Amino acid sequence: MRLITHNMLSSNIKGVTNGFPLRIQVEKVVEKEVDFNPDFLRNMFAKIEWKALTEASKTLGYADLPEETEPLMLESEEFLRKLHHALLELHLEEGALVCPETGRKFPVNKGIPNMLLHEDEV
Amino acid sequence: MSYKVAKIGLVSSHPEVYDPCDDSFVLVDALLADRVNLAQHQPSICIEIGCGSGYVITSLALILGKEVPHPALYIATDINPYAVTVTRETLEAHGCFADVVNTDITNGFEKRLSKSVDVIVVNPPYVPTPEDEVGCKGITSAWAGGENGRTVIDRILPVAEELLSDKGWLYMVTLAANKPVDLCMEMKQKGFTSRIILQRSTDEESLQVIKFWRDLDTQLEANVGENTKLLQFNPFSFWKRGNQSAPTSCKEKFSLYD
Repeated sequence: MRLITHNMLSSNIKGVTNGFPLRIQVEKVVEKEVDFNPDFLRNMFAKIEWKALTEASKTLGYADLPEETEPLMLESEEFLRKLHHALLELHLEEGALVCPETGRKFPVNKGIPNMLLHEDEV
Repeated sequence: MSYKVAKIGLVSSHPEVYDPCDDSFVLVDALLADRVNLAQHQPSICIEIGCGSGYVITSLALILGKEVPHPALYIATDINPYAVTVTRETLEAHGCFADVVNTDITNGFEKRLSKSVDVIVVNPPYVPTPEDEVGCKGITSAWAGGENGRTVIDRILPVAEELLSDKGWLYMVTLAANKPVDLCMEMKQKGFTSRIILQRSTDEESLQVIKFWRDLDTQLEANVGENTKLLQFNPFSFWKRGNQSAPTSCKEKFSLYD
């Protein structure tokens, strides 16, 4: 699971008011190179919850993202490459996503999160 | 390596996962037929709900990705835990990537992806079955559609309404038994226009691929009219291309409902 997806997932458990962002429990992180596409990054940037991304990125061992952003940064290749790396090249292969309110763990195996809810959570 | 759509020989499989069949092929053919529109559309986020073997999401990534690598975020979901692994393998075999999540429809994504998804593709469990077969996590989830085959479809439509961006498109496979005209009327109530963009009849089924989009911009409708034709397929044309033999699991599936 890449951080771009983590940034789009929240806990949907019944009764939870704010299930975003999910905390990350790391067991195995893998880095996989992907072609750099600045247009794609600029396109996605508006959708990203920045703080959730920087926190998640640090959890996965990459702390190079700036804490704050401003629009001019989208013109900087250096910034875009850092964004590219954090968003698209870090994979949580094994671990869990944790509901910030209930602590319930959603396991991640072979890079695939299991977000299925139990009957009493729906 | 540059495939037009996913190659059957590279699609991974598992006994509990639905192999690509007529319905998968008709959806991919519809996407292929609409590829000019899709390229112009420049979707940022694409989701397949119920990815099964990964045949469709892989094909979509190939169709869209020809020009520029990874121009979009592809997400694939399935309730079946074996399907998500198989999908991942199929994507890898084709050099494609999508973020795959084991979840019920798009549970977990609704808040953050509200009004953000530009393309949704779905080949839902559309076969009319007893209600108690709906929602099992094994291979039955691939086809069990409850009364009129509409139980899961009826859960997908409001999700699509929530997730689709203003310019978003939904492509969905349906059976005549799902009453597609009623479906289109219901979506019209939600502000969606629709068109059957591909239709195919085999001995067993009459399948349609319906494309839905928000009724905001008449320009979009003009695009669909120019570049998309209503196509009728000879069911045997499939077996002529690419040396693919008819998947036996597909035949077995239909024989259950004879």
